[in-house]
Amino acid sequence: MSAEIPLLKVENFGLEFRTRSGVVHALEGLNLAIRKGETVGLVGESGSGKSVLSFAMLGISDAAARVTGGSAWFGGLDLLKAGESDLAEIRGREISMIFQNPRTALNPIRRVGAQIEDVLKRHAAVRSADLRARAVEALRSVNIPDPERRYAAYPFELSGGMCQRVMIALALACGPALLIADEPTTGLDVTTQAGIMDLIAERARASGMATLFITHDLALAAEHCDRIIVMHAGHIVEAAPRRELFAAPRHPYTAQLIRATPAAGSLLEGLSAIPGNLPDLRRRDLPSCRFRERCERASSACDAPLPRIDAEALSGVACWHPLAVVAEAA
Amino acid sequence: MIRVIALRLIGAIPNLIGVVVVTFLLTRALPGDPAAFFAGAAATPEAVEQIREKLGLNKTLIEQFGLYLFDLARGDFGQSLSTGQPVLTELVQRLPASLELTFFALLLATIIALPLGIMAATRPGSWIDHLCRLITTAGVSLPTFFTGLLLAYVFYFLLGIAPSPLGRLDPVFSPPRPVTGMYLIDSLLAGEGALFRACLAQLILPAITMGVFVLAPLARMTRASMLGVLSSDFIRTARASGLASSTVLYTYAFRNALLPVVTTLGMVFSFLLGSNVLVEKVFAWPGIGSYAIESLTASDYAPIQGFVLTMGVLYVLLNLSIDLIYGLIDPRVGLEA
Amino acid sequence: MSATLRHIRYVLSENLVTLGAFALFTAFVLLAVLGPIVAPYDPLATDTARAMQPPSAAHWFGTDALGRDILSRIIIATRLDFGIAVAAVALSFVFGIALGLAAGFFGGWWDRIILRLADTIMAFPLFVLAMGIVAALGNSVANIVYATAIINLPFYIRVARAEANVRRNAGFVEAARLAGNGDWRILSHHIFPNILPPAMVQVSLNMGWAILNAAGLSFIGLGVRPPTPEWGIMVAEGATYIISGEWWVAFFPGMVLMLAVFCFNLLGDGLRDIIDPRRRT
Repeated sequence: MSAEIPLLKVENFGLEFRTRSGVVHALEGLNLAIRKGETVGLVGESGSGKSVLSFAMLGISDAAARVTGGSAWFGGLDLLKAGESDLAEIRGREISMIFQNPRTALNPIRRVGAQIEDVLKRHAAVRSADLRARAVEALRSVNIPDPERRYAAYPFELSGGMCQRVMIALALACGPALLIADEPTTGLDVTTQAGIMDLIAERARASGMATLFITHDLALAAEHCDRIIVMHAGHIVEAAPRRELFAAPRHPYTAQLIRATPAAGSLLEGLSAIPGNLPDLRRRDLPSCRFRERCERASSACDAPLPRIDAEALSGVACWHPLAVVAEAA
Repeated sequence: MIRVIALRLIGAIPNLIGVVVVTFLLTRALPGDPAAFFAGAAATPEAVEQIREKLGLNKTLIEQFGLYLFDLARGDFGQSLSTGQPVLTELVQRLPASLELTFFALLLATIIALPLGIMAATRPGSWIDHLCRLITTAGVSLPTFFTGLLLAYVFYFLLGIAPSPLGRLDPVFSPPRPVTGMYLIDSLLAGEGALFRACLAQLILPAITMGVFVLAPLARMTRASMLGVLSSDFIRTARASGLASSTVLYTYAFRNALLPVVTTLGMVFSFLLGSNVLVEKVFAWPGIGSYAIESLTASDYAPIQGFVLTMGVLYVLLNLSIDLIYGLIDPRVGLEA
Repeated sequence: MSATLRHIRYVLSENLVTLGAFALFTAFVLLAVLGPIVAPYDPLATDTARAMQPPSAAHWFGTDALGRDILSRIIIATRLDFGIAVAAVALSFVFGIALGLAAGFFGGWWDRIILRLADTIMAFPLFVLAMGIVAALGNSVANIVYATAIINLPFYIRVARAEANVRRNAGFVEAARLAGNGDWRILSHHIFPNILPPAMVQVSLNMGWAILNAAGLSFIGLGVRPPTPEWGIMVAEGATYIISGEWWVAFFPGMVLMLAVFCFNLLGDGLRDIIDPRRRT
């Protein structure tokens, strides 16, 4: 990776939700950076705040969300402080997003071709005569067979995998610099999953697009990402290039995640679960390290405020007792 | 597509049959001697017997039903005692007045309810939202006949803006040349501006009266539906794609939110057709509702039977149309058929 | 139980409007019960010398064309209007739930016939059907009750049928049968209690609608005859005068009618919030 200005740099980002049952401290002190052309995996349990982070980047958070601090610099604009019109320019053109449940993520009563045209009309200076051709081309570029015919299809007429491809076409129609993929393959069968992931990788390679790949599936992240960031309960606990993370995880949570991931040939009895649950984020007395109550290595040193991982660092760990790095024979 | 339409049409037939059967039973359920009722209070015993023969009231119920169906098919809905006219003739003559009132009321209600519901959904907690909630709760509590009287009192008596609530058209004018039977449309077609304004002036108050009542369910459903749609996944995708907020709101959200609103129209028409009767009495509107009321007062039963049958058939056809319109708007409907 | 009470208190405090509606409802019930005692004048006593007087200290709501005190007539009418509504809704409830349970529980022909019955009723604009029924059966208060009860049947049939269907398909019924319960016990112990919450919401909303219906029917001359005081017929009596400026004859009965219906609608909404907030609109 060249030492250039990162595409997206998030520093000290915090976010909370105001709900009837209290304030949920969803995200705290997040630092991360994504470079041009990088594929970064963001992994963590359900409820760790991965999707919340991505929604906040695009300014499409739930109405109850409040940013408590920090910045998210993208091309000279702080996304967290930008106005709605500035954000609307960036969404779909510079930063795009694809979601899980592709079928519900598309307008059910509008033809997919029209939906792609809507994005083209909005962001690309395309003449009306060329719109249809560009839309069909977009469908073809995501390997949808018979795109001329599929242009007029409704989402309910397409399979889940095809709907996801349509979403990818929608997201990539204007050639964004960053694609955020929020659990894009959850709910799809394994073969389709592989096809989708390969498609994303191929398109990213072809256009030099960066990808932020959000998933709870560590194995999937291992296969497709250059660098992995691990989140737990609204904190970033570790970041490392792929090989380093799996060879020598430094945060106890990461190690447990890796252990809990089934590998080919695992036995049911051999699977380990991570003890405990995510802490209730509405608590006012949340410890500085939110993994503390589930961690076997905790001590009084853990009362001190967590060391934060530097945004632009390639690797780092937020722990007072990181696992020792054992030098392995290559 | 044709298949869907055909299936819907077939699905409406049991309801039509039900309507015909019920109207038949209603007249045979008359306490006492049905023949005497149809013959009227002033009839001689011979006249009563004649009616009994004619209507076949001494035959079995099944045979009577057969006769009834045969008469209906021939267009024989019986004779009105008070006017001496065939019931069908009078119904056909008066129907356009009722339809004009009903559709105009629906138009008024929709023009207000839909934007109100949309704004209430996009600005939760604002004064528009509270206004919407107030209207939706108060609106369904308003007795239509009372609202009509109040409006007439305020706008005609107190303010002098509205004309006297005495029917469809000021006697100074003569009705436009009948093309559709609806004065507004016919006067426009004939290019007579002053006549159009006069007809509109008479139509406004009764239409507002009816419209206010159905404003409530329409606004409520629009608001609820919009709220639901605005929090759905595909709206999030649309926003994440950077689409303009007007596109998101109208092309994406509103069209989808419209679907449950169309379904509500069935109930809305039930209210409209029912309150039609009451409003026609208050404003002396010469439609089929006032025809029924006049007949009730005169204990004239054949028109009442004709009226209930007409309203029933009309309602079934309206519901069928709503179903078909829904099928046209929602491409997913073809699947279930 | 305390959790339910806390929830009720939360909803009521959130919703002062519901509390107000409940207070209003109690006031109406008291009027209905204590009517004759509270009314200042005899509702039927005519006094042509004092006909068509606007509201005054002696007659708060004025007098009508026959010199009768309007306030007293309105108070006495409360009992009749509420009585009609309660009777009609009670009949609808009992028969509608029974039919709906049978349809959902036994299925097959029961289901088909009962559903056909409900659909046939719903095939008419409801007020028109009520008109037809009263015209056919005869012009009396009892028939107004029956007509209103009939047109409200489909709501209860549907609610009960839906609940019974859900339980039947979920295997409740088979499990209960296997445990040795007879049909009757299953219905009364397992299915009926679950129907109550949505049915109660329906009852409150239907009460308002039943009052409107009865008033509408008497407005067009069906059911209640003069000189009986009833809100709808009083508005009809005042209709001819309001256009020429004597507004109080129709205004006060109409306002009270509106208030009563409004009260029931608010109660129904409040009940729905308590029982099933998910269905709130």
